[in-house]
Amino acid sequence: MAIGIDLGSRTIKLAVIRDGEIVDQQLTESGFDPYSQAREMLKRYGAAKIVATGYGRHLAHEHFADEVITEIKAHALGARYFFPFCRTVVDIGGQDSKVIGLDKKGRVSNFQMNDKCAAGTGRFLEIMAASLGFSLNDFGAAALKSKTEVMINSMCTVFAESEVISMKNRGIPTVDIARGVHHSVVNRLAAMLERLGYDEEIVFSGGVARNPCIGHMLQKCLGERARIISPPDPDLMGAIGAALHGSR
Amino acid sequence: MNSKKFEVAAYPKMWEGLGMDVARFDKARQMLGEVYDKLFLSQTERPRKMAYFDAMIAEIFGGRIKEILAVKKSAKPVVGTFCVYIPEEIVVAAGGVCIGLCGGSPGSIPDAEKILPRNICPMVKSAYGFKAGRICPYFQVVDFVYGETTCDAKKKTWELLDRLVPTHVMEIPQMKRARDRALWLEEVKDFKAKVEDICGSEISEDNLAGAIRLINRKRLALQRLTKLRANIPAPISGKDALLIEQIAFYDEPERFAAKVNELCDELAERVEAGRGVAGPESPRIMVSGTPMALPNWKIHNLLESAGAVVVNEESCIGTRYFKDVIDENGGSMAEQLANLTDRYMRIDCSCFTPNDERVEQVLREYRQSKAQGILHYSLQFCHTYNIEEIKIREACEREAIPYLSIETDYSAEDTGQLQTRIEAFLEQIGD
Repeated sequence: MAIGIDLGSRTIKLAVIRDGEIVDQQLTESGFDPYSQAREMLKRYGAAKIVATGYGRHLAHEHFADEVITEIKAHALGARYFFPFCRTVVDIGGQDSKVIGLDKKGRVSNFQMNDKCAAGTGRFLEIMAASLGFSLNDFGAAALKSKTEVMINSMCTVFAESEVISMKNRGIPTVDIARGVHHSVVNRLAAMLERLGYDEEIVFSGGVARNPCIGHMLQKCLGERARIISPPDPDLMGAIGAALHGSR
Repeated sequence: MNSKKFEVAAYPKMWEGLGMDVARFDKARQMLGEVYDKLFLSQTERPRKMAYFDAMIAEIFGGRIKEILAVKKSAKPVVGTFCVYIPEEIVVAAGGVCIGLCGGSPGSIPDAEKILPRNICPMVKSAYGFKAGRICPYFQVVDFVYGETTCDAKKKTWELLDRLVPTHVMEIPQMKRARDRALWLEEVKDFKAKVEDICGSEISEDNLAGAIRLINRKRLALQRLTKLRANIPAPISGKDALLIEQIAFYDEPERFAAKVNELCDELAERVEAGRGVAGPESPRIMVSGTPMALPNWKIHNLLESAGAVVVNEESCIGTRYFKDVIDENGGSMAEQLANLTDRYMRIDCSCFTPNDERVEQVLREYRQSKAQGILHYSLQFCHTYNIEEIKIREACEREAIPYLSIETDYSAEDTGQLQTRIEAFLEQIGD
């Protein structure tokens, strides 16, 4: 048995693998004390190899994890579990976005990651949703309803928020602004994909893959050149990848 | 390990005499000592001969300043520079001191941002801030600063820096045609005249020949160090080697060359015995790109903390400074200046267009250093390195060299992201 734990900026994910099958999984908010949260999540299992990934991986390693791997490797392993031939993975988490290229054997061959700001990440969408009065869960669905799209020029979370505020004050419907916010994230993602190169099958993982509008717009943007696919629980992919690494 | 905690020595009286902001500077001094202790003295398997370079850091704000003040007393010029294009041989020939000024700390950036725009190169801001805040003793002892035109941020900052310290500018050509070389030769002659003006005497042919030989010795010692790093396992850490390359810009050249050679003797013994600072499984990384000015150890620290060993710096504070030496066979002043100009024209800074020889040089150093991957480092807003990065990346793709490009500044706020990227890069090499 191997346990993978992904200590992300917003949530902690855990997956348990036995004989190559996922036998359990959990997801909770990171909260103020991610270390205690992780401990709590691990309580119910007996002895097992623990592999940590995500921003808190080194903290976990100091206290309970046997090994650490980066989110990049973890998502690559997780993606291959569900889609054994995939060569391109897009992962958008709370704090960063990544495009990962894999070789034939599934090893990471190159990757792109956003710079230090929150532009184009889950956090960006969360702040914009709050500014427009949507819950994060409804934000994507609301944006999908819009027929007309406005352009958000700024990719900086702070500046984009003031841009959104001025749009609201011009009387632009919130769903249209929401659509614009999604569009700006997709544009940035598409640029990262073009830079790195991509296969015709793109696995979309991370919490933001739950947002229906991002996947839809990215598919529209790439057209026939690629097909966007997602596993059933895209936010668990890192934890699953870590567990797979542990069970090797 | 070391019972006494490392400290950078304090000379408050002398600093006051230099017109420094002593209270603030003393805090920076303490911080430097703490960081140095943590990053450098905690390393295992360190060569014994690093003791000299530790002492150079301990006396960075004191002992070395005293030596420079002594030279200054004898009416010799003390010149501050920011670029490997300024021909230090000419200053040395006049009996003077050439100092590469600091610009590698986030601590002085708020001082600069009181005047300069925020969105420019952190190295330029840091350097300007050191003078504006009066928190660098080297800046306080120089007679004048020699700037150059390698980038727009520097070029325009010199105009403002001139208000605080006399700042002259050499025009660096941006292409390498015959007429550009002719321009550069004229600039070298002007520089020589300026230095002679300060000392009130002419530089003789013998003096220049001696200075050329001396600085060649310094560059050759650094070349030797680089060659030793190519051994597996690496006999010295990348952090220590980078530190030596940084100290090369403010130490007395004769002594420095001797000390680097002593260290190299020790490293050669290590190589012979198969000893190194990292196990043979440690990924060997070459760093290429913008200079890392003292005390900028950010990337090397992240790489080596993640288990890699840095084996080469293709950078101005690195091989670009010492890969070429000046032909010593020039007799007349004209011949010597021509040889000097030829050597300086071989510098492959990204400010030139085209600059394809740098791509070749990166690949050559990759092979020579037996590295397993290249990390390209670009400071934020350094357009020339940032754009030239595309050609380096394409060359690495062609040659199937594992490659990671990082753009960052001096702040610690992106440490988490950088750590993830660097660790993923090392995983990629290891898998």
